[in-house]
Amino acid sequence: MVTFDTHPDRYAHWRMSIDGAVATLLLDVDEDRPLVPGYKLKLNSYDLGVDIELADALQRLRFEHPEVHCLVITSGKDRMFCSGANIYMLGASSHAWKVNFCKFTNETRNGIEDASLYSGLKSIAALNGTTAGGGYELALACDEILMIDDRSSTVSLPEVPLLAVLPGTGGLTRLTDKRRLRRDLADVFCTTIEGVRADRAKAWGLVDVISTPSTFGDTLARRANDLAAAGAHLSEDPPPRGIVLTPLRRTHGEDAIAYPNLEVALDRAARVATFTLRAPASPTPDSVDAITAQGADWWPLALAREFDDAMLLLRTNELDIGTWVMRTAGDPAAVLAVDATLATHAGHWLVRETIGLWRRTLSRLDVSARSVFALIDRGSCFAGTLLELALAADRSYMLALPDERAAEPAIALSAQNFGAYPMCNGRTRLANRFAVDTLAPDRIGTMLRSDAAREAGLVTFTPDDIDWDDEIRLALEERASLSPDALSGMEASLRFTGPETMHARIFGRLAAWQNWVFQRPNAVGKDGALKLFGSGSRAKFDWERV
Amino acid sequence: MAINYSEKIPNNVNLTDDRTLQRALEHWQPKFLQWWQTMGPSDFAGADIYLRTAIGVDAAGWASYGQVRMPDYRWGIFLADGDPARTIGFGDHMGEPAWQQVPGELRSPLRRLIVTQGDTEPASVEQQRLLGHSCPSLYDLRNLFQINVEEGRHLWAMVYLLHAYFGRDGREEAEELLERHSGDADKPRILGTFNEPVTDWLSFFMFTYFTDRDGKYQLKSLAESAFDPLARTMRFMLTEEAHHMFVGETGLSRVIKRALEVMAELGTDDAMAVRNAGAIDLPTFQRYLNFWFSSSLDLFGSEVSSNAASSFATGLKGRPDEAQYDDHRCLDVAFELAQPDPGRGIRTESIPLRNAMNEVLRTSYVRDCELGLKRWNRQLERAGTGQRLALPSPRFHRTIGVWAGVPCDPGGAIIDESEYRRREGEWLPTAADRAFVKSLMQRVVAPGKMAGWIGAPERGINNLPIEYEYVRL
Repeated sequence: MVTFDTHPDRYAHWRMSIDGAVATLLLDVDEDRPLVPGYKLKLNSYDLGVDIELADALQRLRFEHPEVHCLVITSGKDRMFCSGANIYMLGASSHAWKVNFCKFTNETRNGIEDASLYSGLKSIAALNGTTAGGGYELALACDEILMIDDRSSTVSLPEVPLLAVLPGTGGLTRLTDKRRLRRDLADVFCTTIEGVRADRAKAWGLVDVISTPSTFGDTLARRANDLAAAGAHLSEDPPPRGIVLTPLRRTHGEDAIAYPNLEVALDRAARVATFTLRAPASPTPDSVDAITAQGADWWPLALAREFDDAMLLLRTNELDIGTWVMRTAGDPAAVLAVDATLATHAGHWLVRETIGLWRRTLSRLDVSARSVFALIDRGSCFAGTLLELALAADRSYMLALPDERAAEPAIALSAQNFGAYPMCNGRTRLANRFAVDTLAPDRIGTMLRSDAAREAGLVTFTPDDIDWDDEIRLALEERASLSPDALSGMEASLRFTGPETMHARIFGRLAAWQNWVFQRPNAVGKDGALKLFGSGSRAKFDWERV
Repeated sequence: MAINYSEKIPNNVNLTDDRTLQRALEHWQPKFLQWWQTMGPSDFAGADIYLRTAIGVDAAGWASYGQVRMPDYRWGIFLADGDPARTIGFGDHMGEPAWQQVPGELRSPLRRLIVTQGDTEPASVEQQRLLGHSCPSLYDLRNLFQINVEEGRHLWAMVYLLHAYFGRDGREEAEELLERHSGDADKPRILGTFNEPVTDWLSFFMFTYFTDRDGKYQLKSLAESAFDPLARTMRFMLTEEAHHMFVGETGLSRVIKRALEVMAELGTDDAMAVRNAGAIDLPTFQRYLNFWFSSSLDLFGSEVSSNAASSFATGLKGRPDEAQYDDHRCLDVAFELAQPDPGRGIRTESIPLRNAMNEVLRTSYVRDCELGLKRWNRQLERAGTGQRLALPSPRFHRTIGVWAGVPCDPGGAIIDESEYRRREGEWLPTAADRAFVKSLMQRVVAPGKMAGWIGAPERGINNLPIEYEYVRL
């Protein structure tokens, strides 16, 4: 089973160092330690294992080192920054593995941009040598790209001509949307195997700064300090001390994964996983000092980490479980109290980061390619932040108790539902639900029982207690019987309404096209380019344009 | 600038009628001359040198001798005679007619091969640019310059291919060949070995024996190329490359000869005694040999290589003397590769033969290197000394490939890192060795005279006496 727990002490492929406000992540891949046996991670290429460490490092920088305002990503190898995703790994992997791998790496790179936008953690890619494919895509996710000008090193996106696949980890999209490279030049760049050297890379805007080897270190130090200053508008004086992201307390049963605030029950026969997220059982702190003292045990932070981890585990290891049911348990007032604290102290670094982790975790749910149903029944607490689960769901079922109104479950909106957790299309889940750009805050704090919730359009169905069990059983069984491919496509189309953003385009267009290409014989057939890569033989294409 | 092409640039590529090529070369040639002035052999621009110039590809044409100043040397462009019926001799396109133009889908890898090869030619000139000041004789000085101008001509040959067949990209790459410089921290040459300066003549002879021999094997494998102009260019370059290795082999043989003379005079084979008498002792010789052999092995690249596989499959690069093999497709054939195993073991892994082409080349190269060792050991045997020279194991002192960084002794046994560090000075030149060799490098320019650390050659150039004034300073 693949897990995502790691720590800088155990990294095999990255080295993290921190000097004041500047952190450096040095990519120095150990080619003999792939995540799955069968390939060597040559030339600083990466697989999921390398990216799990990168994601961990980014997360730790945000929580453990709030004093850092610039992240330098560079390589520990001579004249080689990164050659991208390992091709032999891709060639040997199943379709599902490739898709999952790309999704996770996309989320990690979006996370780099998220950190810049929300946390004042600016980033610079220092390309100290050849940078190809996914290596350049990693650089594209940074705020700034510094490239060595040694008259030999190049940047390239050779996926199309070399491998018959796409630069699918944001590459194509960021070239035009972020770097604003003219699209005809992008066409040339993406079909040129050897890429371009520093002078042209600079002229075309593929990189921001170029520097000779002898001045590279100084230039990097200067740019990193400038970026750190640019990111420091969010800093506090004196610089805050971080918290420790303690290891997750997770236990695995035969059919369950349990954390202190979350349990996931796995019904493999029905292909359903039921997540139950629990509200805080005791009062949560409302001062920043007390929150900081609780650190990783602070309920909203602890739960977000657990939920994120559980989704990753299921996404990677439980491919057949196609439906995720979201349940909550506890007192909605306790959740609303936490939301009030989040809103009050949103400017404090730890609160900001916790909100950010929820934002990213909910985004991960949006793109996880599983049917999501929310079940709002007795004892649930879909309020504020936790209501986002129901808003993210493809459908929600809320229990009506016509004979027992006082015992009916209630949902509630909080200020957090009106802007704290934008989706990748830029809309809140509420606005997205009603296909509008924005919604004015309304009914904040009101406990909405089944009739009110249905009338407000916040839930899908409100079966009563007599129908409930059958309704739910039928809905889940029916869902589980449908084509998983058609469902993924349908859900992804319906989930994101309205405008596109760069991140939405990366997931909605680029990744979708890439996943199509990943299925096609020209890439993965017996004579496809990915399968033949390294053997020397050239791919045999089916020339039909589809 | 008007150039009388057939006079100024001897060629057999119809330069007089090729406007495209003329335009490209008119632009490039002044930059080449500028490069030669600043990066070529320092301070010998005014010397008359007895040089061989190629003015044709036949037996009479390739070696036209005369006194020339290097900046006036006529760098020519020659392709070996073509065979209109030539077919591709290996890979997936075997049996198809050889290509007279670059196939679009192979433009990039082919250009990279030519640029990588081309980059080594001016690099070696740059590496050797200061050697002239410490020449052991006028004969050797002339040989150095002969090699330098021919490496310059090989650069021209590569630039011709870039200009003639690769359009704008090719012109840019041709200019880059003059922009990168050996050992330049900001603009280094592509291959690491070519960034190390060659500052003493023992290293120069080692370089021409071992490193130029790598060049020979690269040229031989490119001489098999499906791209006919490349193949023909290489075949002609090989004629000249053979002379470079002759300089290396005879140079090293003369170093041994001198050591043996001193040993005989002193009646001892004690290394320090030989050194004190101003000759290079055999253990020092062996350490230099170990260094240059192992670093030249690195130039062949990784044992398992997807680039090598695709170069072979697509027909860009074959094996040297491809005709000697029975199977020219090498599909579904395994190559047994010995590699280090964790815990000091060695395991053999089957890899597809196409991916092992670098290793196939390297193995042929090692065999070729052994020929010189045999001759030198016969020389030692005849002199009655018990000392012998040997090639170290290809596992020793590697920085590229599966043996990179694995501590091995020259016999090929994997040893402890600590033992390697302790004994490294027995196997590779030490700072003291280098200082000693450097101390011997005193310039000798009286016609016919040799420095005290090197024996006289068997004969002079082109049947001239050894005493001939090969360089008029």
